[in-house]
Amino acid sequence: MEEQEDWLYEINAKQPLLAIDFKEIWRYKDLLMLFVRRDIISAYKQTILGPLWYLIQPLFTGIIFTLVFNNIASINTGGAPPFLFNLAGITMWSYFAQCLNNTSNTFASNAGLFAKVYFPRIITPISQAISALFKLSIQLLIFACFYGYFVLKGYALQPDITLWLFPVVLGVLAILGLGLGMLISSLTTKYRDFRILIGFATTLLMYVSAVMYPISEVQNSKTLLEYAWLIELNPIAILIEAFRYMTLQEGIFNWGLLGYCGLLSLAIFFIGLIVFNRTGRNFIDTI
Amino acid sequence: MSDIILKAENISKQYRLGTVGSGTLRDDFKRNWAKLRGMEDPFLKVGAVNDRSQKSTEDYVWALRDINFEVKQGEVLGIIGKNGAGKSTLLKILSRVTAPTTGVIKSRGRIASLLEVGTGFHHELTGRENIYLNGAILGMQKAEITRKLDEIIAFSGCERYIDTPTKRYSSGMTVRLAFAVAAHLEPEILVVDEVLAVGDAEFQKKAIGKMQDISQGEGRTVLFVSHNMASVRSLCSRGILLENGLVKLRGSIHEVVEGYLSIPNNRSTSKKPNYKWLKIAKIALNNSLKSQELYNGEILKFNIEFQLLKEHQELAFCLCLYDESGGLVVALNTYHKNEDFFKLKKGFHNATIVLDKYILNNGFYIVDFFANDFKGNIYFQLENAISFNIVDDNVRRGEYFKKKWNGSVSLLPEVIILK
Repeated sequence: MEEQEDWLYEINAKQPLLAIDFKEIWRYKDLLMLFVRRDIISAYKQTILGPLWYLIQPLFTGIIFTLVFNNIASINTGGAPPFLFNLAGITMWSYFAQCLNNTSNTFASNAGLFAKVYFPRIITPISQAISALFKLSIQLLIFACFYGYFVLKGYALQPDITLWLFPVVLGVLAILGLGLGMLISSLTTKYRDFRILIGFATTLLMYVSAVMYPISEVQNSKTLLEYAWLIELNPIAILIEAFRYMTLQEGIFNWGLLGYCGLLSLAIFFIGLIVFNRTGRNFIDTI
Repeated sequence: MSDIILKAENISKQYRLGTVGSGTLRDDFKRNWAKLRGMEDPFLKVGAVNDRSQKSTEDYVWALRDINFEVKQGEVLGIIGKNGAGKSTLLKILSRVTAPTTGVIKSRGRIASLLEVGTGFHHELTGRENIYLNGAILGMQKAEITRKLDEIIAFSGCERYIDTPTKRYSSGMTVRLAFAVAAHLEPEILVVDEVLAVGDAEFQKKAIGKMQDISQGEGRTVLFVSHNMASVRSLCSRGILLENGLVKLRGSIHEVVEGYLSIPNNRSTSKKPNYKWLKIAKIALNNSLKSQELYNGEILKFNIEFQLLKEHQELAFCLCLYDESGGLVVALNTYHKNEDFFKLKKGFHNATIVLDKYILNNGFYIVDFFANDFKGNIYFQLENAISFNIVDDNVRRGEYFKKKWNGSVSLLPEVIILK
């Protein structure tokens, strides 16, 4: 008798390290889009202002940052208006933070779903990165509006030629956020400590990510010089700086540093993915 | 021979007992250290058979151990077993919610699992949006859902509320909507847990009917887990009986259900009394000790042989007959009939309790035996003492009415017509 080897798939006790079935993920693309839709629709259901909250958050943060860091602490933002400078930082940072926070909750917040039905688990973090894009695009719109406003007011603002690289910068930021998020969400299933950690770690991370100050400010400061590497090598800081250089021509734009960011993010992403995949197979037993 | 659609080989699943807390990091480390050196996982060796009631000294337990089975195309396989036998774990592995510790499952078709209805419902979304979301989670394509949308809505009976957020639904409506989505799944292999036990009676009927359509009419392969022996029997063709994580029995659904019903159950936790002066030697039905098939036209004679080491004035015997879903059909007690029975002398005795023909309806019965007295003291107790299956001899109702008569008993009425 002929050996039957034409199985559609196998459920195995062991699995290769990086087993990602792209065909399967593609088959679940409808689910991906429905998750995105669900996240966007349900985020501000039964609120009066709805998606307007996406505008209000960065606006107020921008104003506060400008008051505190520029008017009180008088951080120099070069030729760019401080408010716009902060808004650029906040927009990019909040995209990263949203990717990170939402993905780092993947297993904990979807436990009920994951316990009952199978679909490629990677769908959930990807859907988070996509729905965060919705918020980002609204915030970019405000950024553009204020950009126009300041140009009209006589500021000599001009986007740099490197602006076409913006999708790449955004992609690297997303991959980094997803990678870290997946790593943390996997660890959270076993060791709950990481959930507590992530809450204040993101806030602290913001302060070393050059969100409300330029990297040059740190490099020029005498007292902080020995810690400057922390910010110089922080991929988020580099990416935010690159974004500000593209739009406001303020900050550092360095191909080598961007390459470093890209490689580091990819490495973190793949480590996160491997750990996430392995966790996804059994996490329901440990959560 | 390529009609085997699903094959499980040596499936085992190990769980850790106690709290997952201190010690896990150490065990993880040991595990990985062993793996690094290319050795076998040290914790896979230990672990006891999963018997809930026995206290174990091991830290790890096998919820499933070396499960092997095959499912043919179009077959409806019932998986039954007591609580904790490993049914749910097996379902979880089949539906890829969790991975087995060892073994492999090979499948030729896509598996959709219904371990729960309404998985992934988001209460802020409307009924319609939830149909799409739930359908996609269960593995349907968007176009497929759109095609079946009207059918799903009609089946659920929630037309009026379809554009209302599901948080405004009653729980019954949510379940109906969820089941409607699930019922319109068209996977090659469907794995169903006891989701039928939801909704009102009318909806349950509809659900079971739909399940029957799916399994019989459309030739789909279904793996069905339930405690309801009546629905297992009516839906499934073959069965597997799990006990303490092992396959105890496999075969036709009839055999397996009988095997299930004859597992001594733990429904009463009270200590079984055992009095030295009373020795029950034998409890037989129609001269047989084994489970048997009887016609409803036969008289049932329960024969009890026993020995008394002292005289007892008030001893009585009680037979409790349960149907296959565990409902008590009748309790026969000897002191209701023959009060002389109480005054028994020392020595060997042989008592026969007779139940007339044409009283019990078709079906499977299981009998618990008790020796008690007037005051309610129980001197002897034996659960699942006998089991038997009643089939219609087609004498009373003839060939005309072939199906099972409704009701738990099947008496013939006396009819008197006054002219």
